Amino acid sequence: MPSVRQVAVKEGDVLLLVGTTKGAFLFRSDGARRRWEAGGPHFPGRAVYAMAYDGRAGRRRIWAGAHSMHWGAGLHASDDFGRTWTNPEAAPIRFPEGAGVSLKQIWQIRPGRADDPETLYCGAEPAALFVSGDAGQTWSLEPGLSEHPHRARWQPGGGGLCLHTIVPDAADPQRLFVAISSGGVYRSDDGGATWRPRNAGIRADFLPDKHPEFGQCVHKIAQHPDRPRRLFLQNHFGLYRSDDGGDTWVDIARGVPSDFGFPLVVHPHDPDTAYIVPLESDGFRCTPEGKLRVYRTADAGASWRPLASGLPQRDAWECVLRDAMDADLLDPAGLYFGTRSGQLFGLSSGGASWELIARGLPPIVCVRAALVGAPRALRGPRGAPARGRPRRAARGRR
Amino acid sequence: MPVTFRIPAPLRPFTAGRDCIRLEGCPATVAEALAELWAVCPGVRDRVLLEGGAVRPHVSLFVGTEDVRFTGGLATPLRDGSEIAILPAVSGGRAAEASTPPPGDTGRRSGPASLTSPSARGRGGGI
Repeated sequence: MPSVRQVAVKEGDVLLLVGTTKGAFLFRSDGARRRWEAGGPHFPGRAVYAMAYDGRAGRRRIWAGAHSMHWGAGLHASDDFGRTWTNPEAAPIRFPEGAGVSLKQIWQIRPGRADDPETLYCGAEPAALFVSGDAGQTWSLEPGLSEHPHRARWQPGGGGLCLHTIVPDAADPQRLFVAISSGGVYRSDDGGATWRPRNAGIRADFLPDKHPEFGQCVHKIAQHPDRPRRLFLQNHFGLYRSDDGGDTWVDIARGVPSDFGFPLVVHPHDPDTAYIVPLESDGFRCTPEGKLRVYRTADAGASWRPLASGLPQRDAWECVLRDAMDADLLDPAGLYFGTRSGQLFGLSSGGASWELIARGLPPIVCVRAALVGAPRALRGPRGAPARGRPRRAARGRR
Repeated sequence: MPVTFRIPAPLRPFTAGRDCIRLEGCPATVAEALAELWAVCPGVRDRVLLEGGAVRPHVSLFVGTEDVRFTGGLATPLRDGSEIAILPAVSGGRAAEASTPPPGDTGRRSGPASLTSPSARGRGGGI
């Protein structure tokens, strides 16, 4: 196995957690985000589909879900930026013995709300939600979803029947959204006890009934904390916005080369701005016209514009997967994404052009950006106040 | 002669680094031997078995040179001095590529879904 390179993370650093099909990598930079130091591979040979950073309650904790084809999927945490990882004897995420199913994959690790710092969520395959109320020491299966009467009719997509997205509502501590492929969006308004499908307006092109109550292949949903009734959604064909907490969805796929894609990220400081990476059709799943482009809306989906400067625009048949894009919380915010071809790009410090942070990585399946602790005071080249100020650090998405 | 387990390197964090575990009892079957192993090294269990108790599909158990898949599974009888090897199946690495698509790759691949692609609906390219 390869030796693992460690990074020296400091307070105020921006940290990129990059999960690949062959391990996890960490990238760190100061708030200027001009130079990146690379570390890894952690869990070499294992597929790391889910990573998260938990900076609540004074923690500096990285989470990773690492899957071994031989030994199964494990959930691991590090409080020293990857020098050591937990490896508990009993698998923390596991189905009850009588459930008749076995954990195939951990798809999502999501810290709960900032004002609920002991809560974490974990999304699994086959589709299930696990919850921890003690900062990840112990986990339990959420029965309201695993015993939902719809469950038997959820169908696996090409990657399996997975609960891949968890959104704790920014306003209502009792409200929680999940997205399942292929089950659609479900919302709980009672802390996870009961769940209702919230898919009105979302297409299911692959079913005879194109607008069923549930069964959609939703690829990603995202909420902005400043406007929690608004959510954006990237579907398996279809791009949507809800302004009523998911009760109804309207199509916003105007001006994009394809309404198929996987990731969707909202701007951390602007609820009207969101980013996607269109792909051409579910049969091809590559960037349209051989051009790698992120599309941005700054008007909540009324229009979309490509962000292509610095990205390959010729013979670039790339794919960016659902969790392989994220934004940091600094101002100006940095946006990052990774490709299945192992390239990691960043658009940082308000720059106009994407920069290649790394190439040659294994296929990238997860990118998470985190701010470590309080930002350091940086000085610009002429002593000007630094770029990279934090905003809403106390509320943090992660 | 006691029954012994051969432990592969990835599982040795759960055996205090030991590559060989000798059982104290006299298990009659592989299942009984595994139960004794879990009692001594509980962390090995979840890496070898699925939640329902079946052996993980890409883990192999050999008694001597015989794969227990062909000798009765967990009911395979043991003899005095049997050696049980826990091994990662050679299929694992290959199957990891073939049977576990990347996480974003969850859409339907063929049939009706392909008929509804943008190009099939006249929406491909440059819209």
